[in-house]
Amino acid sequence: MKLKTALMGAVATVAVAQMAYADAHEGERGRDGEVKIIYWQAPSILNPYLSGGTKDIESASLMLEPLARYNASGELTPWLVDEVPTVSNGGVSEDLTSITWNITPGIVWSDGTPFTSADVKFTYEYCTDPESGCAQLTKFDGVTSVETPDDLTVVVNFGQPTPFPYGPFVGGESPILQAAQFADCMGAKAPECTDENFGPIGTGPFVVTEFRTNDVIQMVANENYRDPNKPAFASVTFKGGGDATAAGRAVMETGEFDYAWNLQLAPDVIAQMQEGGLGMPVAGFGPLVERIMLNNTNPDPSLSDEERSVIRPHPFLGDPAVYKAMSMAIDRPLLVEIGYGQAGKVTCNWVPAPAAVNSDTFTCDVQDIDGANAMLDEAGYLDTDGDGVRETPDGVPMSILYQTSTNAVRQDFQALIKEWWSMIGIETELRNIDASVFFGGDPGSPDTFQKFYADVEMYANTFNGTDPQTYLGNGLCDKAPSPATQWQGENISRFCMEEYDALHAQLTTTADADERASIARQLNDMMVENGGMIPLVHRGRLSAHANSLGGIDLNVWDSELWNIADWYRTGDNR
Amino acid sequence: MTDVSQQIQPPLDPVEPAALTEKPRNQWLDVWDQFRSHKGAMAGLIFLIFITLFCAFGPLIWDVDPGKLDIRNKDVRPIYTVLWDGDAKVSWARPMGTDHLGRDIMANLMQGGRISLAVGWTAMVLAILIGTLVGVLAGYFRRLDWGLMRFTDLVLSLPILPLLLVMMLLFRDPLRAAFGPETGIFILIVTGIGITSWMQTARIVRGDVMALKEREFVLAARSIGTPPRRMITRHVLPNVLSPIMVSATLGLATAIITESALSFLGLGFPSDFPTWGKILFDSVDRMVAFPERVLWPGLAISLTVLAVNYIGDGLRDALDPRIRGM
Repeated sequence: MKLKTALMGAVATVAVAQMAYADAHEGERGRDGEVKIIYWQAPSILNPYLSGGTKDIESASLMLEPLARYNASGELTPWLVDEVPTVSNGGVSEDLTSITWNITPGIVWSDGTPFTSADVKFTYEYCTDPESGCAQLTKFDGVTSVETPDDLTVVVNFGQPTPFPYGPFVGGESPILQAAQFADCMGAKAPECTDENFGPIGTGPFVVTEFRTNDVIQMVANENYRDPNKPAFASVTFKGGGDATAAGRAVMETGEFDYAWNLQLAPDVIAQMQEGGLGMPVAGFGPLVERIMLNNTNPDPSLSDEERSVIRPHPFLGDPAVYKAMSMAIDRPLLVEIGYGQAGKVTCNWVPAPAAVNSDTFTCDVQDIDGANAMLDEAGYLDTDGDGVRETPDGVPMSILYQTSTNAVRQDFQALIKEWWSMIGIETELRNIDASVFFGGDPGSPDTFQKFYADVEMYANTFNGTDPQTYLGNGLCDKAPSPATQWQGENISRFCMEEYDALHAQLTTTADADERASIARQLNDMMVENGGMIPLVHRGRLSAHANSLGGIDLNVWDSELWNIADWYRTGDNR
Repeated sequence: MTDVSQQIQPPLDPVEPAALTEKPRNQWLDVWDQFRSHKGAMAGLIFLIFITLFCAFGPLIWDVDPGKLDIRNKDVRPIYTVLWDGDAKVSWARPMGTDHLGRDIMANLMQGGRISLAVGWTAMVLAILIGTLVGVLAGYFRRLDWGLMRFTDLVLSLPILPLLLVMMLLFRDPLRAAFGPETGIFILIVTGIGITSWMQTARIVRGDVMALKEREFVLAARSIGTPPRRMITRHVLPNVLSPIMVSATLGLATAIITESALSFLGLGFPSDFPTWGKILFDSVDRMVAFPERVLWPGLAISLTVLAVNYIGDGLRDALDPRIRGM
């Protein structure tokens, strides 16, 4: 009996201890003192409608909030509203031309005044004023009017059926401004309102006390924040400037700061900083993919300017046996390890995120040189003259030009991939081009990635938000760059397939989220299966936080500081 | 080294009367004797010969493919690291270590040195040829002087990096088609460096030629009807040889440095084509963890340039008959 009591006591103690542990970050507002954040690009304004810079948008997200935002896994989450409107819950009209938001009652601005639908309508008018030069105007594309039937209801009307109506007032790029504060800042006067732009009144967890342009922002907890126990920190010091290396060191080696944003550094450099023992890196994955684009047209230099990289087909890259063998010869896990470490994952897909659109059709994480060789042998690509390079059945040697931008990691990838392709009898000539030229888009330069005067080229691309419709449009036939379009166009590999175009057209008229994701996966598979590209690495964003900082949930779909109200001090390691 | 350029003397010392009884001594032996007495120049010459042999014949002995990737043996430290760090990853098969992709650093240094030295020598020869031609023409023929010197000023004001970028853009594809990717780029870079570094030579040579032109022996030669062509080859060129050789050595150093700078900026040769500058560029990111990767190519570049500068210094002294024998 005594034993049993003792055991019960022990169990109870453990349970209590666990509860205490779980509750360690619950408590009154401002209990954890100060948190210091460093962004190596310094904020210059706190109004996201007047700046497209990530640093400005993310620093402003501590004050200004949208109606709904994306969480760390890319799902739409209600923020200042009760629920996310959809067709099924009646929030989005059946004809897809309007969306109705119901604001949560009781939300107040940091000055104590109530947050109403008039503020939302004002934000729309503020950004769409023709003289204002609003940086987030694309968020309001297709919006014809915003109506406010009552104080807590907002109806956004679109000019045409919009299957994805979550552009306006969603995400850190489109937060709500206070009508009372910005009423005199409409149109051309918007940039002149220094006090307003440097200290916007918001519904967020913090309030600006001092803003020094391009240097530092001081903030204190918002006394009127909707959750009485949040934020855990009484004040925030938001420092801007420096470089990624210095920021990483300040968090992980010297402990001067608690959070550092976007550390674009080599994995071994990060690992070395981590040995400092004061902080750790966290990675978040958006849809950024490093890939090899396959030229579907003929880049032969002897062709005229009108024909080079315009006429189809490529002498041999269009054959499934060839591009599949090239893909099989690549050891992707090794590429990840060498180039990106924690900030990279193997991917076989063009659109690997959000999770719902990540196709699971292909596997590609095992290198298979023998299989690739067998595939090429079978397809009739043989080394007939014994020089180690295969020839096509027509006698064209399989020699390709592989270009990319000048960047240490990309040159390492080039060297490795060249070696692997030489093992399957494909000769590779490497070329690297200065990034400002390669991505510069100058129609007069032969070296831009749009012109694609090479057989394959490597770069990374991504899209904003979570809806891949526009991005998937990059595979449409008429998006191919050519002299007729001044070499503008996003279909870099000149992929062209009638079925693809038809399926994409279907996507633009589908509203159901699951069905959209399913179509997106099919489009992704078509592109990869039919020789548009060879995806290599799914790249993430790497930030670092102090070991003593808890509650971090790195979000690549919205502001990284989206949940700063939930951050807390763990108490140990300090 | 005394500055004696102000003294007016015939270019070749009158032979001492006592020497008349001896067998005439080849003047190049005198030059060599004088050169040998310059310790820095001798050290430089020995180093240059060593590094040239190292790069030219090294790969025959050290038979490792510089482009061969060996991921399992990446980040091997040089063998001497064992002296202070017993746990270091070292291997006798990789005496100077490997880079982050497992490429042998010694083989890369040799291959890179071949390219860097070849670029240096070829660009230097090109620059000297153009510079001497322009300098002599401008100095000797008064009618050409103004035009040629303004042209020199014009080229002098061209920034080399943007110029090379434009050249890359315009000529890379035709050259690649004609000579293949590596030779094509080689020609492009050598030409680029050559045609942007001849101006100093041209100016120095022009000045010297103008001074020489007024000298008595030139007047004498002209008075017996020597045509300009022969005048230049017989009388003028041999007497401006000394500044030309000096600027040649300096030109070699400049060409190696320019090529390194271009590679360092990621222009220039394809990324799988090592040069000293490129090895240096690729290693900078990991400089703290692997200092040897920047140390060796950096040392190779700076010591070669230093050696060549000393040789130039010694040559200047040795070729100047007024200093020789002092």
